[in-house]
Amino acid sequence: MSDLRELYQDVILEHSKAPRNFRELQSANHKAEGYNPLCGDHFTIYLDLEGDKIHDVSFQGSGCAISKASASMMTQIVKGKSKEETAKLFEQFHSLVTGQANGDRESLGKLDVFAGVSEFPVRVKCATLAWHTLQAAMEGKQEKISTE
Amino acid sequence: MSTATNGMSQEFHPSMANAIAPYAVEEVRRDFPILHQQVHGHPLVYLDNAATSQKPRAVIDVISHYYESGNANIHRGVHFLSEHATEEHEAARRTVQRFLNAADKREIIFVRSATEGINLVAQTYGRKHVAAGDEVLVSAMEHHSNIVPWQMLCEEKDAKLRVIPINDRGELQMDELPKLLTPRTKVLAVTHVSNALGTITLLRKIVQIAHKHNVPVVVDGAQAAPHIRIDVQDLDADFYVFSGHKVYGPTGIGVLYGKMALLEAMPPYQGGGDMIRSVTFEKTLYNDLPYKFEAGTPNIGGAIGLGAAIDYVDRLGIDNIAAHEHDLLTYATESLLAIDGVHIIGTAAEKAAVISFIIDGIHPHDIGTILDREGVAVRTGHHCAQPVMQRFRIPATARASFALYNTREEIDALVKGIYKVKEVFA
Repeated sequence: MSDLRELYQDVILEHSKAPRNFRELQSANHKAEGYNPLCGDHFTIYLDLEGDKIHDVSFQGSGCAISKASASMMTQIVKGKSKEETAKLFEQFHSLVTGQANGDRESLGKLDVFAGVSEFPVRVKCATLAWHTLQAAMEGKQEKISTE
Repeated sequence: MSTATNGMSQEFHPSMANAIAPYAVEEVRRDFPILHQQVHGHPLVYLDNAATSQKPRAVIDVISHYYESGNANIHRGVHFLSEHATEEHEAARRTVQRFLNAADKREIIFVRSATEGINLVAQTYGRKHVAAGDEVLVSAMEHHSNIVPWQMLCEEKDAKLRVIPINDRGELQMDELPKLLTPRTKVLAVTHVSNALGTITLLRKIVQIAHKHNVPVVVDGAQAAPHIRIDVQDLDADFYVFSGHKVYGPTGIGVLYGKMALLEAMPPYQGGGDMIRSVTFEKTLYNDLPYKFEAGTPNIGGAIGLGAAIDYVDRLGIDNIAAHEHDLLTYATESLLAIDGVHIIGTAAEKAAVISFIIDGIHPHDIGTILDREGVAVRTGHHCAQPVMQRFRIPATARASFALYNTREEIDALVKGIYKVKEVFA
């Protein structure tokens, strides 16, 4: 049960039930779709990029608690960040959920609650789907992103 | 060699199985070594049988025995081992013939999987008979393996794929069937048991209706083989496929049954050794059935293992197994429906032991993860039947599927696990 509590932390459950920035973004100038065919998770990320900076970001779609909470918290944390900062954060987040994070977890802030994912390797794709999709949106890719 | 096992199997008659009653599930469980282990500190409760079944000791032993003392290539050597392996391989074919009640052992083609069996029919019978403007009919509850091969064929031939709809219980809408069978319909491909919903289709009736329109029927029996008695002559199915690994045999072996006249008129599938009678650079003569469709060295150990698996099922009796599983299905259905927020997807009047379910507000993937930590193995996702998920407007389900070795106590463990899921998400 302790592993499960590590995975399904209250913050994660709360975000999955009441996701933030869960709407279509009217001002979006970038958009990407992400899909995990294994479990049917499907998200659209809307991005309002001002030059190099994420002015606003939102998402819509359906998925498991992990993928939804991850998308929700991601939209909160990347707002106002540059593309480069966001890419670096994704790298750190990826290390965290795959259990490869070194000492520096400070910069991840609230995202640290996803550390429990590393004990559930098949759920890494759930945690990273929104991030992969955000990356695609930043790069202006139009095709659907798949985790497979 | 395992002559004792196979010798017995040849004389074995399914009616003998009636001697074993009542169904002694605890004894049966002792035949499956894998079941006796702990997962995450809990006894393994394996409820993912529709994905693949576990293997009894009898199958494991026959396969190791084959590789330890009987391995040789078949149909070519004059030496002792080759002759023996050939005999064993052909004995397995006769076992499958008896299992399906096929009229002739030459109607039994060994393939890699049910999927390969369907592809074989699509690429040979299908390519020969389906032309531009023709139609291939499938059902809305098919596994991707009984959709995509036909879709590929239709694309190649500029033909049209049409779909028999299903109702809210997950049953085929039989009244739509005659309307969908047109003079352009060249093949009907339909499942015997739905992997995602558990529905047992009214196959005999479907075949009757299709035959009235002179349309041959290809049956996906992958989920039927472990659960219900199959009689291809009684069903009058033109083609019938199933996989070894879902019926307690090894992976990598499957069966295509086809009516002799149809198989004889079909062009070969793959070219190579074994499927030829003579080869010159000018002209190749193809071999007789079933070898015409078995190019290359086959999965000999797999076929022998499948034979042993069918012998095992016969010893227990498929009707006894079906009765036991029906009890599990009834018990599980009642138990799950008693839990607040749980809904069963697929409530057909006739069902095999498969329960797809969802829980309000909780994604199936999360259900699967939490059940796993309780030692309960279920499948979550779309079950390779995305059109079924679209029909019910859900992204996925959790699926518990039962086998001859499952118990009511294991269903209790599933229920306990579901309460844990609800507790985590409370």
